This record gives sequence, C-alpha cells and structure tokens, in this order.
Amino acid sequence: MPSQQKILNTLRNPIAIAASIQNRKRWEQFFIVLGWFSLLVALLTLVFLVSDLFLRGLPMLNWKFFTSPPSSDPEEAGILTAWVGSLLVIFVTAVVAIPLGIAAGIYLEEYAPKNWLLDFIEVNITNLAGVPSIIYGLLALGFFVYILKWGESILTAGFTLALLILPVVIVTTRESLRAIPQGIREAAYAVGSSRWQMIADHVLPYSMGGILTGIIVGISRAIGETAPLITIGALTFITFLPEPPIQSEFPYISFKWIWAPFTVLPIQMFNWVSRPQEAFQVNAAAAGIILLVLTLAVNGTAIYLRYRFRKSIKW
Amino acid sequence: MVKPTDSVVATENEPLKKMAQVRNLNFYYSGKLALKNINLPVYEKKVTALIGPSGCGKTTLLRSFNRMHDLYPGNRYEGEIWLGDENPRNLLQMDPIEVRMQIGMVFQKPNPFPKSIYENIAYGLRVRGINNRAILDEVVERSLRSAALWDEVKDRLKEPGTALSGGQQQRLCIARALATDPAIILFDEPTSALDPIATVSIENLIVELKDQVTILIVTHNMQQAIRISQFTAFMYLGEIVEYNDTMSIFTKPVEQKTADYVSGRFG
Ligand SMILES: Nc1ncnc2c1ncn2[C@@H]1O[C@H](COP(=O)(O)OP(=O)(O)OP(=O)(O)O)[C@@H](O)[C@H]1O
Ligand SMILES: [Mg+2]
Repeated sequence: MPSQQKILNTLRNPIAIAASIQNRKRWEQFFIVLGWFSLLVALLTLVFLVSDLFLRGLPMLNWKFFTSPPSSDPEEAGILTAWVGSLLVIFVTAVVAIPLGIAAGIYLEEYAPKNWLLDFIEVNITNLAGVPSIIYGLLALGFFVYILKWGESILTAGFTLALLILPVVIVTTRESLRAIPQGIREAAYAVGSSRWQMIADHVLPYSMGGILTGIIVGISRAIGETAPLITIGALTFITFLPEPPIQSEFPYISFKWIWAPFTVLPIQMFNWVSRPQEAFQVNAAAAGIILLVLTLAVNGTAIYLRYRFRKSIKW
Repeated sequence: MVKPTDSVVATENEPLKKMAQVRNLNFYYSGKLALKNINLPVYEKKVTALIGPSGCGKTTLLRSFNRMHDLYPGNRYEGEIWLGDENPRNLLQMDPIEVRMQIGMVFQKPNPFPKSIYENIAYGLRVRGINNRAILDEVVERSLRSAALWDEVKDRLKEPGTALSGGQQQRLCIARALATDPAIILFDEPTSALDPIATVSIENLIVELKDQVTILIVTHNMQQAIRISQFTAFMYLGEIVEYNDTMSIFTKPVEQKTADYVSGRFG
C-alpha cells in the first residue's frame, strides 16, 4: 500500500532519522529525571527518619542504657534483656533456618523429580513467603507452645522466626543454584563426579554469594519482627537474663537458655512507645538506633562474607 | 551403509584394536528418534571423526558414549556400545559414573571450573578420593605438558582457569580430561569457538595425543577431519551413511550423499 511505502521511504531520510533520534532521546531524558526523582523521594524519607531517630534517641545512648534491664523509671530503664533476647532468638533462627533452607533448596532444585508435585510445592513455598507474619505466630502458638509444650521460650521464638524466613532462604537458594551454567555441571559430571560431588564441589560454592543474599534478607526481616513473637507470648517486661550458654564449671556449656522467657528489641520499643511519659519515647528512639545498628551489623557481616565468596570465584 | 573392509584395516602397519564398538544404537529425545541403527567401531589410539550437516546427530552420538544423556529426563537408548577390546562391556548397562571415569570429554565451548588452573586439573583425581599432594602435583604437570600448556601457565597455577584466553581454556579442558587417564576422549567441535591460530594448536595437540589415547571427535570442518583423523563417519539425518578410513571417505566415497557433502555440494 502507498501509505506503508511512504513510511518505509523515510528509513533512509536524514531529516526523519534526526527527528526520530531526537524524539527517542527526549523519552530517555524524561525517564532519567523520573528515576532521579524517585530515588530522591526514597533517600530523603530514609535520611529524615534516621536523623529524627538519632536526634531524639542520642541523649539516652550510653553504656548504662545498654547494660540495664527495663525499669518503670525511664531514666533507669535499659535494653539489656532486649538486645540479649534479640541476639539469642536470631541465633536460634539462623541455626535452624540456614541449614534447613539450603538443604531444601538443594533438594528441590537438584534432586526432586520435575513433575506436577514439584510445581505445586514451588507455588506454595513462594506463597508462604508472602503470608502475614502473625499467621506464623498463630501456627507456632498452636504447634510449639501447645502441642510440643516448648513454652514461651527463646526456642519457640527462634523456630517461629525460622519458619517465617525459611521460604525466602529456600527460594533464593534455588534461584542461585539455577543460575550456575549447565556447562559447569556437565564438566563436573564428565570427569566422573557423582551428583553430590558436583553439587558440593561446584554448584553450591559458586552460588554461595546469592544464597547469602537470601539469608541476609531473611535474618534482617526476623530481627525486626514483633507480631509473631507477641502471639507466642514474648514478655514485654523482663528484668533477668537467661542462664549464660558458657559456664565456668563442667561441662562448661549450658543449653538452659533456650527454655528461658525473653523479650526482643522491637517489642521493648513497642512497649516504651505505648507509654504516656515523654521520657520513654526517648528510650524507644534509642532502642530504635540499637535495632538499626544490629540490623546493619548482621547485614554487614553477611555482605562481607558474600564479597569474600564472590572474590574467590572468577567466572 | 558401507562397512570398513578388512583390506582397509590391513593397510595400516600395526594391527588395529577396537576401543569401542557401537551396535544397532537407537537414541530417543523424549520419544523423538534422533539416532537410527548406528554401527560404528572406534579404534584404539586413532582419531575417529564424525562429520555431517547440522542437526544430523553428531553431538547426540558423541554424548551417548559418556552417557551425558542420562542427566536429562526422557532420554532413552536402545542397542549397545561395547567398551574395551579383550573383555568388552556394554557401557549402556554400566553405572554412568563408571563410564565417565573411563571416557573423558572436551566440550564445544571451553568450560573450565571457576577455580585455579591447578584445581581444574586435580579435580578429576579428587573425585576419585586421591588428595595426595605429590601425586596431584605430578599429574597436574604431566597433563598440562600433554596439553601443551605447561610452559604458558607453570608460574600461575594458582590463578583462575577462567582468566586464560579461549584457546588456553580449551587446552586446560583437554588437560583436565587427560588427567584421569581415560580410555577415550570425546571432542565436540573443540575449535569452533576459537580463532584460527588457537585452532591450529588444538589440532596439532590432537594429532600428538592420539599416541596415548583414543579420540572420537565431532567436527564441522572437513579440512580438520582430513588433517587429524584416520577414520571418518559421515552422518545424515540420524544415520551413519558411510564409514571408512578418512582418505577413502574424502577421495573415493561410495555413497552419493557422502560425495555431495565432502565436495561441499550441500551441508
Ligand atoms: N536436548 C534435545 N532434545 C530434543 N531434541 C534434541 C536435543 N538435542 C538435539 N536434539 C535434536 O536431535 C537432532 C540431532 O541433534 P545434534 O545436536 O546431535 O546434531 P549435531 O549433528 O551435533 O548438529 P550441529 O552440527 O549443529 O551441532 C536434531 O534434530 C536436534 O534438533
Ligand atoms: Mg553438535
């Protein structure tokens, strides 16, 4: 048709080419500006929130705040039991979720026969990652507290958060494993590896960077969780610490702490925020700073580890 | 299908020994027939080339020898591939890991592990439980020398294998295959991703290697088949149309299809 021919005739027309380029460049400019704007909104909000937190909480941040249990006097109150509780709970979470999540990811990606059942499991795991955390709390209350009778303990809390982050760890493990080129797998098989040797010597180490990313995301989420822990009966006011894991007498190691009642930083914050006195708001802000620092420290460690892993592998 | 006559075999000075023999092999990709009634001998310490147009089944046949098809669901073999001369065993009935411990492979695209040069080669021994440093050192050096790579990398064995040039990577992969002293090494168009100079060095290497190992190689390049192989099988549409010593295939092919292909009339 003539009109189509007319369009095709412009393909080598210099004026049409210049116009086309200019038009496309305008769009590019537009998206660059849009991108900058979005970035600015996100960054400014973050800077505002963090600086507000710091300005309000900083006066309270001292050694005593760190080493004192909570108290009804805001000047005396500290976060000792809360940060110790947070660390212990996260420790249990990591010990449970990391090996289970990686093992499940390896099984699903490398061993499980590819059939409708696998697809079904895959869809469900992805969905589990989006289930509201309080649902996990209810499940844990029913299972760990009532059926297994673990009580309102650090163990229960650790397992609850482990369940919560398990889907993230499994999904990222699978994705990282899948990203390893088939040529590398075939090369390993071709020199006589068993499947497990191929996985343990190649696929797993090469994908450790990606797996660690999943662990970072999961653990960071777990540190800030409040709802499921309140559901399973975390205390909001606790003045004594669990028995330390390392003892001065034989057998030097004690696991009594896993049965101890506990609180965690976000719950302590929540408790203070909901009090009428202004002084407690300062405490809450200070605890918020500690929570941020704790999250950053966990992330920092994981990012460092990931960097080390990635550096040792040269594609 | 033309079989090599005894007269062909007798033209060789030394007596020929069979390293492998394919008998009545059919192969299916999830029900789709890709190899039809393949019969092919592979002679010891000779280079056997598989040629033919794209999609005719060269790679499929090659990968049957080290049971690579077993890694993917839905693939099925029928027939036999006998391995060894005195007490041949049907490798299609063996454990695939056992097969791959005796038949090495070099792939089309160099695929070194993202580990050090040293570990790339030592790995084949490590999977067999050999971790003795002295043994590994010796095998790494010997394999790299056989692959004509030792002089280029002897001072940087700790560096990643992936940091080498394409041709060096392919020679590293050859060294990796040699390290475990396989009976046969399979090459799937090992030079198609390389420049002409690297190609020549790999070709020279294959010519030298045939004194220590049996080689089965897929190639698209007929000049290459002439330069390096003693026997050639011409494949078309999943079948071996003609098999003979390389000179005969290229100078006096029996089948019209072969004549057309080697003279460049199609393919
Ligand atoms: N994984 C697979 N699944 C299904 N069909 C396949 C698969 N791999 C190859 N085929 C088919 O089997 C036939 C033979 O393929 P093959 O890769 O062996 O050919 P080839 O001779 O090596 O070709 P080329 O020279 O292009 O490498 C082709 O028709 C191809 O489409
Ligand atoms: Mg091929």
